[in-house]
Amino acid sequence: MYKKIKWSYLYLLFVFILLYLPIFFLVVYSFNAGDVMQGWDGFSLKHYNELFADTRILEIIVNTFLIALLSSLLATVIGTAGALYIYNQTNALTKNIFLSLNNILLVSPDVIIGASFLILFTVVGFSLGFVSVLLAHIAFSIPIVVLMVLPRLQEMNQSLVIAAKDLGAGNWQMLSRVILPVISPGILAGFFMALTYSLDDFAVTFFVTGNGFSTLSVEIYSRARQGVSLEINALSAMMFLVSLALVFIYYVISTRFAKSKKRGTRLVLPASEGL
Amino acid sequence: MKKILVSVLSLFVLLMMLFGLKNYFSTQTGSGVSSGKVLNLYNWGDYIDPALLKKFTRETGYKVSYETFDSNEAMYTKIKQGGTSYDLTIPSEYMLEKMKKENLLLPLDHSRLTGLKNYDDRFLNQIFDRGNKYSLPYFWGTLGILYNDKFVNAKDIKHWDDLWSTKFRNKIMLIDSARDVLGFTLMTQNKSVNTRSAADLAAAQGKLTTLMPNVKAIVADEIKMYMAQEEAAIAITYSGEAAEAMSNNSHLHYLVPSEGSNLWFDNIVMPRTAKHKDAAYAFLNFMNDPKNAAQNAEYIGYATPNKKAFQMLPKAIRTDQQFYPNAKVVERLQVYDDLGRKWTEKYNDAFLEFKMTQR
Amino acid sequence: MHAWRVMMMMPRSKKQRQLFYLVPYGAWLLLFVIVPLCLLVVQSLMTQNGHFTLNNYAIYFSSGTYLRMTFNSVWFAFLITIITLIISYPTAYFLNQLKQKQFWLLLIILPTWINLLLKTYAFIGLLSKTGSVNTFLNLWGIAPKQLLFSDWSFLLVAAYIEIPFMILPIFNSLAEINPRLEQASRDLGANKWQTLRYVTVPLSMTGVKAGIQAVFIPSLSLFMITRLIGGNRVITLGTAIEEHFLVTQNWHLGSTIGVILIIAMVITMSITRDRVRKHSRKRG
Repeated sequence: MYKKIKWSYLYLLFVFILLYLPIFFLVVYSFNAGDVMQGWDGFSLKHYNELFADTRILEIIVNTFLIALLSSLLATVIGTAGALYIYNQTNALTKNIFLSLNNILLVSPDVIIGASFLILFTVVGFSLGFVSVLLAHIAFSIPIVVLMVLPRLQEMNQSLVIAAKDLGAGNWQMLSRVILPVISPGILAGFFMALTYSLDDFAVTFFVTGNGFSTLSVEIYSRARQGVSLEINALSAMMFLVSLALVFIYYVISTRFAKSKKRGTRLVLPASEGL
Repeated sequence: MKKILVSVLSLFVLLMMLFGLKNYFSTQTGSGVSSGKVLNLYNWGDYIDPALLKKFTRETGYKVSYETFDSNEAMYTKIKQGGTSYDLTIPSEYMLEKMKKENLLLPLDHSRLTGLKNYDDRFLNQIFDRGNKYSLPYFWGTLGILYNDKFVNAKDIKHWDDLWSTKFRNKIMLIDSARDVLGFTLMTQNKSVNTRSAADLAAAQGKLTTLMPNVKAIVADEIKMYMAQEEAAIAITYSGEAAEAMSNNSHLHYLVPSEGSNLWFDNIVMPRTAKHKDAAYAFLNFMNDPKNAAQNAEYIGYATPNKKAFQMLPKAIRTDQQFYPNAKVVERLQVYDDLGRKWTEKYNDAFLEFKMTQR
Repeated sequence: MHAWRVMMMMPRSKKQRQLFYLVPYGAWLLLFVIVPLCLLVVQSLMTQNGHFTLNNYAIYFSSGTYLRMTFNSVWFAFLITIITLIISYPTAYFLNQLKQKQFWLLLIILPTWINLLLKTYAFIGLLSKTGSVNTFLNLWGIAPKQLLFSDWSFLLVAAYIEIPFMILPIFNSLAEINPRLEQASRDLGANKWQTLRYVTVPLSMTGVKAGIQAVFIPSLSLFMITRLIGGNRVITLGTAIEEHFLVTQNWHLGSTIGVILIIAMVITMSITRDRVRKHSRKRG
């Protein structure tokens, strides 16, 4: 038993090293005194100074996160509704049609999506900017949410739903007390995948943006011709560290939460007595 | 359920904070301001000294809303489709010609421009815009050969034809552009880079296919990185890219073959959708000022068409034959014109087939 | 209070409930999927002058270049999916055995939040001739190797990008399996491998299926890393579409290839779906 666990740890270690190697590379070079990701000219914080002096980039970061969080939140809501709808479909053919339609945006190259959204917005006479980018991001994030939520629904124990119904649960109760808790890992996964899609998207954002609105990806790609400076590395390093810190905070909170849950029965009584 | 509520709530708070920050920054940088004293500039990423934008705002009071694109084609699609209003943008010469033909540009009122005399006559009145009716040159450059003296002897490579030498098996990196790669092949055959003859094009494609054994990779903007990291011995690329790579690796050299090459221009134009013409003219005149143009040229590292600005550059830059080639070489350079849709497609199909050649 | 209000909005019958789900999702489908899809199909059936034609499809199916490109795309997408699956399944399986698995899962997703172009640049720095990997190999007396611009480096980076998209659904379906089932299997005398083979793997098939869809389908149209890491030695349909939409501005032919990609997606979906159905029949 001990030996098996060790091998699995080793394997996970390997995967984590693979996943984090390029990121460490980026972070290390953000401290390079030179201007490229090659050779090592000594330690320096100059790229961080450049970053904090660049109000344009700082504004773009705020834009990027605003769009990413808002769009993935809304996409998660709509996508979950869509997954529930498809799940409840009894007709196999309709189900297949819906699933195929759902996946069209996943298979279409970004250029096509971007160009057709641009046509869509301009034909309707929609002004390009924050809202159009937001709508586009919601649109291309929905299918991945559906794809993450649907398997959870399909694996859901049917007797649970039937039991709840027998006990007289209404639609809302059924959803909030039975279905949503069961599929919540899928919803969470969908949210994070949507976040990833949104943070990473270049082509679609490029086509539907306007009026001075820009996101990080657009900025980085359009700097490629002049060479992406290490200032962007510094920025990525900061973003990475902040996300890492958030994940660790989550870890600490959730372990605390788990502990207090165990002692829960003991804790609740004195607390309510105090009221 | 409680947990979900808490996370949704905290997300909400985070969003509100971000909204606040966004408003704070947009008042600082001037983006998102749709009316008043503003200039909407649509440019390549990092293609102007940000200090100049600040100076412009200080001197004229116009705030600059700066948006970026990553290719001529992407920029064209955006402007053509509408939905946005940019006051100035910076296309390359062949795209300028195409936009001009499709009435996407506004003519410049020369009476409102100052400092036109500062420009070098050689770079005005070009074939793509006679009389500079629509554009002013921003930067210029060439297509050439970038090589590493660790792996290549300087005397082995002087001309385009040398690329076909068996010495360079699997050593050459090409720029991913149909026009440029077919262009230098056409030049080896003494044909125009703007040829519209099917026979010429087929012959060039045939010759190009025989280059394949020497080709290591076909890449784009990343060429400067690869060359600085000594991934390949030779690269065909633009002077701007070459300058960038050379500043990071002293073994690299750039040359423009004496039989000729491509001369490219990036030009400032006013798209049809421009709304703030006063701001646009103020900016054009600001950039015509030799002091500003020189500062920009030093920041970007490309060659400036502004003669007075050129004279203000440090001597080391001015005398660099690689990037400011002498008059004789400049004379032999050819400018791309807009091929039109049919021929653009033919060039690209030929190039795509070349890329699909088995190696 | 809030819950009550939502409850009032929630309809009672199943039909009404379905409508409640359909309104936001259906609006999205209509506006951002069906309308663009119709646009795409119409474009693919038109000449530059706006007349009806099947010529674009004829060009596609009669051109050796495009057919070879299609084959390339499918083949490489297949390889990427297989590699990703081989790496991801054990990862998801082991992750699922850890305490605090959600935390570790977040650490898997975290690298995807860094910009793709930057990560690709980092890979160029790692894999180049003077890069870190070759420097490391050099320490062991191995001469610098050409790593970039090979099929292997392309597959490596493509798999790198897709791994989180595969791990996540598999992990989710594994987490859903009732641990008692595995216990029962062991109690009945099955060893570790038999339990894995006959209990765990079949029960996680929905996750694997979702993972394959989330990886294979987008891999068909990869284009940026084919150039940066593959040096355009690998050319997929994504490259061609990019070119037709931007460089040659022949949106008609670009749309045609887009339609063909969508058909390929529908085929993939039906293949993965059929397999699962057979499984459930066996189990049933």
